[in-house]
Amino acid sequence: MAQLFAYITYKDGVADDSALELIEAAKKIDAGADVTAVVTGSGGDLDTVCNEMAASYKEVIKIDNEALAYPNAEVVRKALLNVLPADGIILITHDTFGMDLSPGLSIKMGSTFVADVVDFEGVDGSTLKIIRQEYGGQVTTHVNCDISAGAVINVRPGVFQPDESKGAAGGSVTDKSGDAGDLTTGRRFLEIVEAEVGDVDITKSEVLVSVGRGIEDEDNIEVAEELAEAMGADVSCSRPIVDQKWLEKSRQVGTSGQTVKPKVYMAMGISGSFQHMGGIKGAPFIVAVNKNPKAPIFQLADVGIVEDILDFMPELTEKIKGM
Amino acid sequence: MEILVCVKRVPDNEENEIEVSADGSDIDRSDIVYSVNEWDNYAVEEAIQLVDEHGGSVTVVTVGDDESDEILRREMAMGANNGLLLKDDAFNGSDGKGISTILKSAAEKGNYDLIMTGAQADDGAGQVGGMLAALLDYPYASLVNKVEVMDDKKLKVGREIEGGNQELNEIDLPCVLSIQTGINEPRYVGIRGIRKVASVDIPSMGASDLGLAGDAVGDGAAKVKKVDYFVPELGEGAEMLEGDTDEIIDKLIELLKAKGGLK
Ligand SMILES: Cc1cc2nc3c(=O)[nH]c(=O)nc-3n(C[C@H](O)[C@H](O)[C@H](O)COP(=O)(O)OP(=O)(O)OC[C@H]3O[C@@H](n4cnc5c(N)ncnc54)[C@H](O)[C@@H]3O)c2cc1C
Repeated sequence: MAQLFAYITYKDGVADDSALELIEAAKKIDAGADVTAVVTGSGGDLDTVCNEMAASYKEVIKIDNEALAYPNAEVVRKALLNVLPADGIILITHDTFGMDLSPGLSIKMGSTFVADVVDFEGVDGSTLKIIRQEYGGQVTTHVNCDISAGAVINVRPGVFQPDESKGAAGGSVTDKSGDAGDLTTGRRFLEIVEAEVGDVDITKSEVLVSVGRGIEDEDNIEVAEELAEAMGADVSCSRPIVDQKWLEKSRQVGTSGQTVKPKVYMAMGISGSFQHMGGIKGAPFIVAVNKNPKAPIFQLADVGIVEDILDFMPELTEKIKGM
Repeated sequence: MEILVCVKRVPDNEENEIEVSADGSDIDRSDIVYSVNEWDNYAVEEAIQLVDEHGGSVTVVTVGDDESDEILRREMAMGANNGLLLKDDAFNGSDGKGISTILKSAAEKGNYDLIMTGAQADDGAGQVGGMLAALLDYPYASLVNKVEVMDDKKLKVGREIEGGNQELNEIDLPCVLSIQTGINEPRYVGIRGIRKVASVDIPSMGASDLGLAGDAVGDGAAKVKKVDYFVPELGEGAEMLEGDTDEIIDKLIELLKAKGGLK
């Protein structure tokens, strides 16, 4: 079995939440494996984070270089290429950084790439058995991946729960900064532009009426607004509603929008993609109304209703108003 | 600026409820409506706007079959200048690397300053752009939600990252960008527009035209293989409220009251 590596995203002085999820993912590939963490950065808290990782990972590789101060995937790819063995199996989180880094890394390593993995079913010879989803989670597939020449595997964040009893690996940190090589690239990081603040702060809302593509038309947004008003809730939405400019970006729930922590979340005509659900924290009571009985959201909600939201929402609004 | 945009014909997520076929070998394609991958329309729109402002031309390319012709025409009706269909039995069964290898050969036949893809398509992998860039040895930026031409050698691009924040980068040309939805508002294409390009000749290229060895792509070269589609055994899922709408609403209101959902 090839050596297993986990790339730890280190940004703004801390390791990403997914850092310890990757060990759990690795254990599903090879239960007995010692997984090596790889952390890149430039000074600051890099050593602290490496030491933190050594509590959970048997070995930690540190790559310290000025060019790595901000995790620019183009730069990180070059460094990893110079430091890691081509036939290794490298686990990376499938977030906006992993999506940027990994496909190209697999090509440069001459290894295989699989994106957005939700589960592993072990290794059979040189075949890694993988489970992933397609069509926004509507269907699931078994995928066989030939790992004989190594692999880059992007793991969906939030799926592999970190082991709470961690912290006793007693791992060591190896400094491989000297091996990073030339890190000049054709893409240079400039700055971060923070998301705009909107008229309501949905991250503070206790009750959200959230609309998805099932709302069908801009004119129907007010049907959701009326329900929200009757409930004393705020209106939020999924990404396609913002893409169409029907609501402001500040009302978008999800990994590329806001992270909300309401008591009650009403998902109206939302299919339940992981990027959307990734923005809902604190285990709220989730009500899903969707006209497709097989919509993935029904696996994730507490209560499900198979109805057309354009009929259902006005009726619910009337009843609540009449109380 | 010469721009190549890679597009894909996919089952339309908005029009279809996707289900596993009876034997699990595929999705059930009996009543599927196809269209251009959602992300690709944003890429084509961005390319058209760049060319409108800075000159040049937009070519849309797809690895597909005869039916893919319709999506190339749709994108040409939007305003893309040329279409290119990459079609060969030898391409069947390609994995992401195979598709990227085919596209790379096509890209090398032209003289493109900028290559764009959608950020992802129906299988949610988001891999072709990054692989294509690596194969061409071009710089790459994914999830791009802003493109600004700085001069004829570089662009300023915004990448959408977590929390809706934007990461600004400077990137050298030629490069590959994968485009995120919301970067622009893709123009509407009417029947009239489609009719205008209905008889335009769209060239097609196969493995030999591209100088590709038959075993470099397709099923034989694929190291990632889909075995089947299935319905996973999941936990209990939601408690489904049933009955007529009135009953459902009464039950829901009780639940909402108990959970603090009504003020
Ligand atoms: C990098 C990246 C980041 C992303 N970030 C986010 C994010 O932050 N937030 C986000 O939401 N998405 C995000 N997405 C997009 C995400 O993958 C999905 O495409 C999106 O969440 C789908 O939104 P939806 O559920 O509203 O639409 P769809 O998936 O189209 O679902 C619409 C649902 O409505 C149902 N429906 C249709 N009509 C009706 C009706 N009349 N009554 C009842 N039900 C109806 C349908 O059955 C379907 O289930 C991101 C994608 C990428 C690649």
